[in-house]
Amino acid sequence: MSWEVVIGLEIHAQLTTKSKIFSGASTAYGAAPNSQACPIDIGMPGMLPVLNQAVIGKSILLGLALDAEIGKRSVFDRKNYFYPDLPKGYQTTQFEFPIVGQGKLEIELEDGTKKVIGVTRAHLEEDAGKSVHGLEQGQTGVDLNRAGTPLLEIVSDPDMSSAKEAVAYAKKMHELVQYLGICDGNMQEGSFRVDSNVSVRRPGEPLGTRAELKNINSFRFIEKAIEIEIERQIELIESGGTVVQETRLYDAENDTTRSMRTKEDANDYRYFPCPDLLPVIITDEDIEAVRTTMPELPDAKRTRFVAEFGLSDYDATVLTGSRAMAEFFESVVGLTKEKDVKLCANWMTSGFSAALNRDGLSVTESPVSAEMLAGMIERILDNSISGKIAKQVFEAMWQGEGTADQIIESRGLKQITDTGVIEALVDEVLANNLEQVEAYKAGQTKMLGYFVGQIMKASGGQANPGQVNKMLVAKLK
Amino acid sequence: MSLGKTEVEYISRLTQIEVREDAVDGVAEKLSNIIDLFAQMEAVDTQNVLPMAHPLDAVQRLRPDVVTEVDQHEKLQAIAPAAAEAHYLVPQVIE
Repeated sequence: MSWEVVIGLEIHAQLTTKSKIFSGASTAYGAAPNSQACPIDIGMPGMLPVLNQAVIGKSILLGLALDAEIGKRSVFDRKNYFYPDLPKGYQTTQFEFPIVGQGKLEIELEDGTKKVIGVTRAHLEEDAGKSVHGLEQGQTGVDLNRAGTPLLEIVSDPDMSSAKEAVAYAKKMHELVQYLGICDGNMQEGSFRVDSNVSVRRPGEPLGTRAELKNINSFRFIEKAIEIEIERQIELIESGGTVVQETRLYDAENDTTRSMRTKEDANDYRYFPCPDLLPVIITDEDIEAVRTTMPELPDAKRTRFVAEFGLSDYDATVLTGSRAMAEFFESVVGLTKEKDVKLCANWMTSGFSAALNRDGLSVTESPVSAEMLAGMIERILDNSISGKIAKQVFEAMWQGEGTADQIIESRGLKQITDTGVIEALVDEVLANNLEQVEAYKAGQTKMLGYFVGQIMKASGGQANPGQVNKMLVAKLK
Repeated sequence: MSLGKTEVEYISRLTQIEVREDAVDGVAEKLSNIIDLFAQMEAVDTQNVLPMAHPLDAVQRLRPDVVTEVDQHEKLQAIAPAAAEAHYLVPQVIE
């Protein structure tokens, strides 16, 4: 008998604010321990939280992108539990009245099929601190820099039925929050965390008991962890056992999941409205004001790149892989006077992307600016350099040797277009290859390629290949 | 509804509030009375009543997203029970 898999994801996206959700302490990553934890963050008695207005706009932006209802009366609640990294004894979060209500996100699977995944809600909350072990014997150190960092927890409906679907959804959400500019998406630094709720059932039966997989910081491991967990649950049930509701950790080294803590007390968080915070009222005007700042979303951009620029689906997908990439590409196209979109796209998807990958850089860290790349493409288009020489020029720009024009000048790479010079080269090569000339005249026309190669070599790759070809054909008549 | 010894011990554990053995019966009776009061309140029709989020009829003020706090960890840790290497120290937590 077959099994049906049910997966729902909870994604914590850290919002890109300068200060914390309820205090004026900095959220910068990597600061010295507790240097960014003020009296509000560490839960000193008598401190009052004041909500950061930036988190409201960013939440509305996501809500609009997910076609969701915006909570016009949004309430903060206390979720009570005891843990040293939570100095107040409760997490300030949202329970009954979240800022973003039911929405949806369409995902595309590898085989091209599309599926709409429901988004139950997204609510604002504060992050906790970090425990550090091994500072002192028998003691745990607590760093509260992260306490109070604004998070948007995005909860999906249990709509995914395979690890692949779950990862497609997580990736799509990851792309979206970065496009919206509300989260930097850095998974290594914990800015985008995915928790997966996984259960299995026989078709037609009620939902099975779920296990939650937490703290997995790469898409590849999320997929593996879910697959392993599905297998574990099926084997467990088929051998007569029952799944217990618990949190499990993925162990990448041994490719297994193991129990972290049971959630039997999950109903005992004793949520109640936070008396320190008043309800947040969001007006239609607020929502409309945010709507005007909505950037073009990835799907719309892809469709436009195909329609407006005549790009292939593949190129459009690669070029819209991130907002920075798409904006860089559009700048390059905009900056070249003579439009050759395909050539710009080729340089972006090959030379430029390859160099970024090789040096482990993001688009915004590229040593070659859009102006510089456009400048070089102009020189290809006006025949100053060939595509082959352009590779040299690009590499030199990448190494910081200046603009394309400066490099062409200083390295003497300008293409030879002087007819007299080209004629001399052609004559020289033909004179040195009399046998091949005879063969050509006897009908071996493929010899032409050989001559072109010899002439290009003699010119150090700088002769204009079109002119060389033309002159050769004329001379060999 | 009446609570027994088991429930009191369970609640005691969740709230991290110690209840002495000889006080359990008294606490059970008091808690039962409170729950009876809730049962009485359940009779009220609240179908169209919005849950109260705050006793004040006011709206949350917002602050601009600006860093205004400076590093004061030395002062704050001076009044902490224990600290080392700029970390607050607590009894060891085992996952």
